[in-house]
Amino acid sequence: MSGSTTTQNDAFGASTPGDAPEDTPVINAVGGDWDSVTDEATALHEERIVVNMGPQHPSTHGVLRLILELDGETVTEARAGIGYLHTGIEKNMEFRTWTQGVTFCTRMDYVMPLFNEAAYCLAVEKVLGITDQIPERANVIRVMMMELNRITSHLVALATGGMEMGATTVMTIGFRERERILRIFEMVTGLRMNNSYIRPGGVAQDIPAGCIDAIREMMPLLRKGIGELEALLNENPILKGRTVDVGYLDLTGCIALGVTGPVLRSTGYPHDLRKSEPYCGYETYDFDVPTADTCDAYGRLRIRLDEMYQSMRIVEQAVQRLDDTPGPVMVADKKIAWPAQLAVGSDGQGNSLDHIREIMGESMESLIHHFKLVTEGFRVPPGQAYAAVESPKGELGCHVVSTGGTRPYRAHFRDPSFNNLQAVAAMSEGGAVADVIVAVASIDPVMGGVDR
Amino acid sequence: MADNGNRRPDPDKGGSFKDLFAPVAGFGVTFATMFRKVQTEEYPEQKRPTQLRFHGRHQLNRHPDGLEKCVGCELCAWACPADAILVEGANNDDAAGERFSPGERYGRVYQINYLRCIFCGLCIEACPTRALTMTNEYELADDNRADLIFTKDQLLAPVLSGMLPAPHPMVEGMDERDYYLGKVTGATPAQQEWVERHDGDTTVDEPDTLPVEHQEAGQHAGEGRP
Ligand code: SF4
Ligand code: SF4
Repeated sequence: MSGSTTTQNDAFGASTPGDAPEDTPVINAVGGDWDSVTDEATALHEERIVVNMGPQHPSTHGVLRLILELDGETVTEARAGIGYLHTGIEKNMEFRTWTQGVTFCTRMDYVMPLFNEAAYCLAVEKVLGITDQIPERANVIRVMMMELNRITSHLVALATGGMEMGATTVMTIGFRERERILRIFEMVTGLRMNNSYIRPGGVAQDIPAGCIDAIREMMPLLRKGIGELEALLNENPILKGRTVDVGYLDLTGCIALGVTGPVLRSTGYPHDLRKSEPYCGYETYDFDVPTADTCDAYGRLRIRLDEMYQSMRIVEQAVQRLDDTPGPVMVADKKIAWPAQLAVGSDGQGNSLDHIREIMGESMESLIHHFKLVTEGFRVPPGQAYAAVESPKGELGCHVVSTGGTRPYRAHFRDPSFNNLQAVAAMSEGGAVADVIVAVASIDPVMGGVDR
Repeated sequence: MADNGNRRPDPDKGGSFKDLFAPVAGFGVTFATMFRKVQTEEYPEQKRPTQLRFHGRHQLNRHPDGLEKCVGCELCAWACPADAILVEGANNDDAAGERFSPGERYGRVYQINYLRCIFCGLCIEACPTRALTMTNEYELADDNRADLIFTKDQLLAPVLSGMLPAPHPMVEGMDERDYYLGKVTGATPAQQEWVERHDGDTTVDEPDTLPVEHQEAGQHAGEGRP
C-alpha cells in the first residue's frame, strides 16, 4: 500500500478560503516509506512546502501544532496552532464555589500549580478586600512553596528543552532534582502536583512537623544537582552551537507581543513583578533579578539557571522565618476562613478530633459556619480585581468578577505561556527547522496553561 | 548577567583552571554519575512509602464501639468539586434494631466514584465528624469503570478490637454528643449482648452494594446551589 497520496483536497489543512490556490497539491504522509513521500514531493517541482509539526510530536513541548512554511530547511513562515488541550477550566469555575475554584485552576499550567492557585487567591482576596488580613505565616508559606515550584518549573523547562535537543542526561538530571522538591510538596500538601493548597484567605494547612528540617536537608543536594546541570550546559560547545543567537527576540519585540518572564529578561530588561509590584511580602526578601543581554535561547537558559539559585536564596530566608514566626495560616474572619483543621491519625488524614469536638460537641456557632461555608461557600461583594504574580514563565494574572454571589461570575487567567507563544513566529521565521524546536523550548510554553 | 556571591555553591573554587575545562565539565558529571546510587524506583517490586499527608483512597471510619461515624449529612458531597461522592442518608431506628451511627441519621448509601475523584481532599476537610479520611493507599487502577465506583462496604474501616460491627445500640447512658466529646472508648457488654441476641436475625435493610446510577441530573452538578 502506498503510504502517501497526492490529492487536491486537503482533509487536514486549514480551511481558510483563499489561503492557498485551489489547485495546491497536498501530500499526506500516513505511514509507508518516507522515500516515496519525498519522491512525490520532488516530482511536483514545488519550492514552497507547508509542514504540520505536531500536535503529536515529541519535541513541540506538548500538544502544540506548529504550521511551518518551508523553503528547503529555512522556515519562511511559522504559526502556532493551539487548542488541543482545552479543558474548559475557566468556564467550569463559574459553577463552583470560590474555594472549589482552586482545585480547578491549579490544573491549568500543571508544571506550576502553586502559581495558578496564588494568582487566583490573590485576586479573590483583592475583591474581598482582605489582602492585608492574610496572616504573615500564610504569606511566608506561599512564598516558600512558590519559589520551590519555580525551581521545579525551571527544571522541567531545562529537562524537556534538553531532551528536545537530544540531551537525555539533562532530562534525567532535571527530573531527578525535581523529585526532591516534589517530595516536599507531597509532605506539605499531600499531593505532588495540582496541590489545591493555597486557598482564599491563606493556605489549607500549616506545614507538618519535620518539614523545615527536610527542606534544609534537601537544599544542599538540590544545589549540587543544579550545579551539575550547569556543568553540563553552561559552556557546552554543542549546546551553545544550538542556542546562541537562536530564537532572537529583542526588547521591542517582547514589548510589542506582550512577552514576559525569562524571555523578556533575556533582553536585559529586569522586569519582575516580585520587584515592581510585590505581593505576599516579596519586598521583604533579599534576591536579585538575573538578566542577560543576548536576546537568545542561550540567555534564557542561563537566566533560568540563575533564577533557581535566587529561588533557593528566597526559600532559605522563608524557612528561617517559618522557624521564627508561628501563627495561624488562615484569615481570622470566620465567615471566609475555610473551616478545616486537618490531622493525620492511624485512620488517615481528616478533620482533627479537637475540631470535631468543637463543632459537633461544643459550639453550635462553629457548626453553622462550617455548614454554610461547605455547602454554599462565602459571598464575595460585587466587583472585580486583577492580581498578577511572577510565575516561572512570566506574568500570570487572574481577573475575577463577582456579582455578589458565592461563585465567580467570571474568572479569567492571563497565562504567560499563551502570550509568549505568539512570539514563535517572530523568533523562528528565517531560521532553520531545527531552530524552531530550540525557540519553542526557550519560551517554555505549557499547553495546559495555554489552552486552559 | 547579574551576578552575586550567592549564585554558585562555591564561587571562588576553581578559578581560571575551572573556566578552561568548562566546555567539557559535563563529562565530569557523567563520569561521576557512574559511581552513584541509581535513582530509579523499582516500583512495583519496591514501594516507596508515601508522606503521611498523602491523598489516597478514602475511608469511612467508626467510633470506638464500632458504630459508624458518618451521619449522612452530605457535606462531603457538597464540598466535592468533581461531584464524585453520592450519599443517601437514612434515619436510625432503635426499635427496629437499625442503629448504625450515634444520633439521628446515618449514611445508608455511600459511594465514591474514583473515575471522577481528583484527590483534592475537600471532602475530608468538609466532613464534620471525621467519618471520612484519606488513607495513603494509592493503587487504584482498574480495567473497567464499574469497579472504580467504590461502595460503602469497600470504604468502611475494618472492625478493630473493642469494636462491634454496626448495627447495634449506642453505649448505654451516652448520647450523640458524648461520642464527639470522646467519652466512648469501646463497646460495652450490653452492646455485646445485644449483638449476640440479634446475630443473624436483624431485619436490617442492608446498604446497597451495587453502584447506584450516579449523577442523576441536577443532583450534585452545582444546580440549585446558592
Ligand atoms: S478528594 Fe476531592 S474529588 Fe475526591 S471525593 Fe474528595 S472532594 Fe471529591
Ligand atoms: S462522610 Fe462526613 S461529610 Fe460525608 S455524609 Fe458522612 S458525615 Fe457527612
